[in-house]
Amino acid sequence: MATEPKQMRPIWHFVGLILLVIGGLVIISGIFNAISPPEELTILQEIHPDLWWGGLMVLVGLFFLWTNKNKTR
Amino acid sequence: MNSIGLSLIDWLIVAVYFAFVLGVGYYLKRYTKSDDDFFLAGRKNSSWVAGLAFLSANMGALELLGMTGNTFKYGMYVAHFYWIGAIPAMLFLAVYMMPFYYSSKIKSVPGYLKLRFDEKTRVLNAISFAVMTLLVSGINLYAMALVMHTFLGWHWGVSMWASAITVAAYVTMSGLLSAIFTEIMQFFLIWFGLFLVVILGIVDIGSIHEIFARVPESFNTLWSTSADPTQNGMLVTWGGIVLGLGFVLSFGYWTTDFLVVQRAFSAKDLRSARMTPIIASFFKMALPFIVVIGGLIALVLSNDPQSGFHLLHDGGSVNYDSALPMLIARYYPTGLIGLGVTALLAGFMAGQAGNISAFNTVWTYDIYKSVIKKDASSEHLLWMGRVATIVGIIISVATAYWAKNMPTIMDYMQAIFSWVNAPLFATMLLGMFVKWITPSGAFWGLLIGMVSSFSMWLGVRTGWIAESAITMSNVASDMAANFWRAWWAWLICFGVTILVSIFTVKKPDSELVGLVKGLTEETETAKVKFYRKPEFYAIISAIVLIILNIIFW
Repeated sequence: MATEPKQMRPIWHFVGLILLVIGGLVIISGIFNAISPPEELTILQEIHPDLWWGGLMVLVGLFFLWTNKNKTR
Repeated sequence: MNSIGLSLIDWLIVAVYFAFVLGVGYYLKRYTKSDDDFFLAGRKNSSWVAGLAFLSANMGALELLGMTGNTFKYGMYVAHFYWIGAIPAMLFLAVYMMPFYYSSKIKSVPGYLKLRFDEKTRVLNAISFAVMTLLVSGINLYAMALVMHTFLGWHWGVSMWASAITVAAYVTMSGLLSAIFTEIMQFFLIWFGLFLVVILGIVDIGSIHEIFARVPESFNTLWSTSADPTQNGMLVTWGGIVLGLGFVLSFGYWTTDFLVVQRAFSAKDLRSARMTPIIASFFKMALPFIVVIGGLIALVLSNDPQSGFHLLHDGGSVNYDSALPMLIARYYPTGLIGLGVTALLAGFMAGQAGNISAFNTVWTYDIYKSVIKKDASSEHLLWMGRVATIVGIIISVATAYWAKNMPTIMDYMQAIFSWVNAPLFATMLLGMFVKWITPSGAFWGLLIGMVSSFSMWLGVRTGWIAESAITMSNVASDMAANFWRAWWAWLICFGVTILVSIFTVKKPDSELVGLVKGLTEETETAKVKFYRKPEFYAIISAIVLIILNIIFW
């Protein structure tokens, strides 16, 4: 007999997860860009948008994960 | 032409996105056991989930690129598509139409036509919607491949097949449920992926006031140059904007196009369904802060020789759609480039999944179950929904190959909507608010409305009809002609429906309870506190709309 699947995770859990992972990758890339800047810089690269924007994505991702950690749909 | 290069980390971000949408589709498959789960996401969604999906299904990347480019070309007038061209219709849907749609427990918009009128009106609308949806889906697929080829140098066939197979996989696994889940993830990726362009553009130029100061007056106002069509870039009068865009095209799309309305049907109760377009309306009003401000930033930069910024050219003519990708290339370093490209891919795939999930529902319920197999079980319909998804994707891909050989088809996208949606809005409006409209009136009004809209378009293209006879002006852009043609198609459908209804047999009142205003009991009681009522939030949304129009008048 087939077992009943667990309760479904809410969509906000997956939103949090993808923002956390992609935001984390953007931060890692930002750290590389800060330590070893490319030969051709983009406009305003000196303000490191990858670091703070990636950081914001990670924070928003953590917020969604935290507020939905025990919730089901 | 390879303008934007991707590094390893950018590719990794794109790969993570593909893995996520496929993973979510696989995860949700175990919860998709009935036709209601597959076609209506189990009707368990909150208003926020349904609301963001409602907007995401409409927020395709082609629109984001096209509208940013149009702002470069026409200026602030593009904001009309997001404000008067969307918000009144979304609020009307929430306040007046949703109770009829949701309470009648229909599974699709053609399903309402069956209950209110008859089977032939339902099948006429279902077939026209299915054809329109697959046509638009295929053209979008080709457009996506073209964008990826132009700006990233990707092989157009590979990017087209990769996104088509991914969408087919996750929609086949769990239908509307996975389409909605991925649309919401895409909503956040689009905002995070593209809003930073605008922030950096404002920092680069100095301030938002500086941006407005450096564009011509006809480019930074909404209404003040609309009395004379020669004074604005869109060559349109306020009449064309209000009647064609603000009334017919907007109401025709937002209140009757099943692609977006289906998301509201997935809400858990009537209040959530009514809140769906209201929540979406606030985010719709915010979108010009990406596309319009982005377009104006591109315009200011390209007018400044010191900036080194310019749009791409295709065979000597400016490629306006390149405005947003060129801004991404200007401001985004490695890593953020991957995020920006993922945002564009997410936008394309959200639109694609929206089209396919709407198509599989209309095909399964309104054509297959209605005409071919009336006694189909829930399991059989679930199977048919999955088959329809795969067949729909294959037809979309075939259409994309056809579009590749006939690229001018892309110019007709707006026209396609005015053939189907504009007359349908007249049918719906009369059907929901006038009880003596008859099934024959609705059928003939809808048919003649669609045929007249197509004939006007064909007549102008072939020179049989002077465009000025439709636009009532000697100067008009294609966009202005679309606005006016939609208005006339609506008016013809409206008139024919009333005329035929006067002479044909109407349905008894007892069959119209719950479907027509005046014969339907109010379901939401006066006991609900004012701040819990959808009307309260609709009023706030309308006030924000008015303020925005006054600020940018």
